[in-house]
Amino acid sequence: MLKKQNKEKPSNKVKKNNGMHNGEIIAVSVCVVGLMLAMIWNIIDYMLHEKEEAINNSFNPRQELLASQNIRGTIYSADGDVLAKTMVAEDGTEQRYYPYANLFAHVVGYSTKGKTGIEYSENMKMITSHASLSNKIQNELNAEKNIGDSVITTLDVSLQQKAYEALGVYSGVIVMTEPSTGKILAMVSKPDYDPNEIATIWEDLVQDESSSVLLNRATQGMYPPGSTFKIVTALEYYRENEGDVSSYHYQCGGKFSKDGSSIRCYHGQNHGGVDFERSFAKSCNSSFANIGTTFDITSFRNTCNDLLFNTELKMEIPSKQSSFSLSVSDGSDAVMQTAIGQGKTQISPMHLNMITSAIANGGVCMTPYVVDRIESATGSVVKQNAPSQEKVMMTKEEADFLSEMMTSVVTSGTASKLDGLSYTAAGKTGSAEFSQNKEDSHAWFTGFAPVEDPQVCVTVIVESAGSGGDYAVPIAKRVLDEFFGKN
Amino acid sequence: MAHVISDLSKYVIVFFMAVYTLLCFFGMSEKEDEDKGWVYALQIISMFMVHFLGFAAICLETGDISYIIFYGFQQILLFATIALYRVIYPEVHRLIINNVCMLLTVGFLILTRISYEKSIKQFAIVTVSLIVGLFIPYLIKKMRFLKHLTWIYGMLGLLLLVAVAVLGAVTHGAKLSYSIAGVSFQPSEFVKILFVFFVAGMFKQSKVFLQVVITTVIAALHVLTLVFSKDLGSALIFFVTYLVMLYVATRKIYYILAGGAAGALAAFAAFSLFDHIQVRVIAWKDPWSHIVDEGYQITQSLFAIGTGGWYGMGIYQGNPTAIPYVEQDFIFSAIAEELGVIFAICMILICVSCFLTIMLIAMRLKEEFYRYIAVGIGMVYITQVFLTIGGGTRFIPLTGVTLPLVSYGGSSVLATIIMFCIVQGLYCVREQEGIRNAKKAKQRKTIEQGEEE
Repeated sequence: MLKKQNKEKPSNKVKKNNGMHNGEIIAVSVCVVGLMLAMIWNIIDYMLHEKEEAINNSFNPRQELLASQNIRGTIYSADGDVLAKTMVAEDGTEQRYYPYANLFAHVVGYSTKGKTGIEYSENMKMITSHASLSNKIQNELNAEKNIGDSVITTLDVSLQQKAYEALGVYSGVIVMTEPSTGKILAMVSKPDYDPNEIATIWEDLVQDESSSVLLNRATQGMYPPGSTFKIVTALEYYRENEGDVSSYHYQCGGKFSKDGSSIRCYHGQNHGGVDFERSFAKSCNSSFANIGTTFDITSFRNTCNDLLFNTELKMEIPSKQSSFSLSVSDGSDAVMQTAIGQGKTQISPMHLNMITSAIANGGVCMTPYVVDRIESATGSVVKQNAPSQEKVMMTKEEADFLSEMMTSVVTSGTASKLDGLSYTAAGKTGSAEFSQNKEDSHAWFTGFAPVEDPQVCVTVIVESAGSGGDYAVPIAKRVLDEFFGKN
Repeated sequence: MAHVISDLSKYVIVFFMAVYTLLCFFGMSEKEDEDKGWVYALQIISMFMVHFLGFAAICLETGDISYIIFYGFQQILLFATIALYRVIYPEVHRLIINNVCMLLTVGFLILTRISYEKSIKQFAIVTVSLIVGLFIPYLIKKMRFLKHLTWIYGMLGLLLLVAVAVLGAVTHGAKLSYSIAGVSFQPSEFVKILFVFFVAGMFKQSKVFLQVVITTVIAALHVLTLVFSKDLGSALIFFVTYLVMLYVATRKIYYILAGGAAGALAAFAAFSLFDHIQVRVIAWKDPWSHIVDEGYQITQSLFAIGTGGWYGMGIYQGNPTAIPYVEQDFIFSAIAEELGVIFAICMILICVSCFLTIMLIAMRLKEEFYRYIAVGIGMVYITQVFLTIGGGTRFIPLTGVTLPLVSYGGSSVLATIIMFCIVQGLYCVREQEGIRNAKKAKQRKTIEQGEEE
């Protein structure tokens, strides 16, 4: 302030003395300085918000430079087990070693033949060294390379192991997260591969297009949601009826028809007279098709957008966006199919897990993350990741309503295998038809436990297995048992 | 050990750069020079430290002692400049001298790191330029007839530009330079000065509508010739400079608005007509999708800035040569990469301080001709800074101009030093005026006091 006064005073004097007009010059100067400051701000903004993603690009030649200067850092599980480590041989050649082989294949990824998973997303961190000064001096004196920073993940080895075993020989996904923070505790995608062997099996993996072994199905696999989508349909019904579902009643005869197309209940079941809760618990297709026909499609679309369909997720692991494409011009058949989770809707298991987490977390979806912190090789914290909110997907009341519905699925519905355990659980099953052959379906389960104070959220999909209640729920039970047995 | 020392030195370099920059803004206050002696002295010390530590790091990293000799020559040149200008022109604006030397220092440092050969060439040209520049304030003070040569400036400038467009060698798709005796020579850099003198002369004569029309036509011819030569950066510099000079001279805001509108229309037309402009806009809007072709330069520049981080990767620790034309168009990114973003932002602020100082000088000049020249030179300078740094940081599309005094390029550095020396000349003229005015004021005061009594 003082400086400004100093500046202005004499110029005023000049004006009076010489009749000079400096207004224009001052105006121009102010504009120019404003533009220059905007330019500087643009640089700062780039440094704060875009830089990290930008420089972690394979076209950045500095990556090779850093990689040649430092030894790639180590990846740890939450409790300090090594998940990936660079071994330096006597002659100085470096090799990446994955002690758990196939177990963490997709989430940790690989770093030769391109990069995936954490090896991709945290690449820059691991080839940058924040080792202490004394350590660096020591390395220099010994003519050794500095060791890059370590990545400490949120992954839990025993849960991952249990999930890996539980999925068995099936293809599919298990994702476990902590709803209040978004921490990813386990992420299994099958079929898998051994990242230690990536160089030798690479050709086979790339050529084999049918099984997509390299794909992380958890974030990039696109599946029909099947009956798990009834969560979304239920939310939409709740919204359109302003929270009052008590008047709903439907007489299920195993089939619902409208405008010449019809929807059948799974395996030709006949649910009889059902209210809303029972329709949900029993996963009655006919009843939900009936509900779908009452919807305002624009509002339905908005609800799906609220739940992050057709939206890019913020998480650091590469993910595909789920799609919901129902439009006002679509006919009853498409509406009915969509309402029960068939139709054109596609979802990734991670995204379904996020929706479930939001229900468990009072409507707030936290961004899933797998990197807890970055530490230097000498153990000081370089960067601590804090939980961040992805989106408020729904209100607390809506979340509580859905939680109640999902509890009834366990207590009196399709997920009854989770009933009567040492912990309470809530969830929704699904059997998603993916081909013309009606017998073939993916088994889904997504849910959380305990209901009163959700600590874990689990999403399971077992490809081509059968019904969710028969195939996915038992797997979810095994990993939940492991979780609660331990804690 | 050497590596650790050079790694640490970068923090100290950033510190001294920040100190220098802060002092710039103290140096701009309207206090008498005698009161600010400590500011300038501290600036010179900071400059010395940046220079010294930078070259120490270069020697440590390369293990090549011969850089010390080069450093010695640079040191002599910089101190001689600071001393000689002050001795010969006691009324010289010391902040401008310091800033010129600081920017040259940064340029030497980064150019030596990028290419030893080019930096030696640059050093030779800078030496010649500074010697030439030494005469300029004197000439400005003595050659009062300069203000009567208006049409000579205009015609000579235009002729040079047309000649370049027609005859010049084709470099990077833009016809920019002549080659005389093996030294490539870029006339548009010098025409900027002629152009400023021409416009100032025209508006000194008269500001009636007809005069404005005639001046605008000649200015437009300059700009169009440059567009025809595909030298978009220079065309923009001429355009902006003219608009501002027009506004300052006529004091009519609608001229600038009309000019701006015409400029926007012309830009749109140029965008629709020319492929090479579309390419640049595409590269600016979405460089990541065109990373292998159109967006290659700008993404490499962004990688450099981002990977360098706030404190830089350290001299010789980065990979600035991965950016095509780094020593000319992307010198800013190279500086940000190895010396850090904080250092680079400080450098922008030094450029801003140069501009503001020139504008402050303009505000104190009584003679319209000189006043307009100062405004024109200030605008030429800052527009060029804005275009090059804004382009390299994806704030605006790339136009391919150099960063004055820092980038490699003989014509650019000579022309810039001449411009700054002209401003020094104007400042000296003002100082003389000021001394006369002060005397007059004193007399008046004593008379008034006498009357009161």
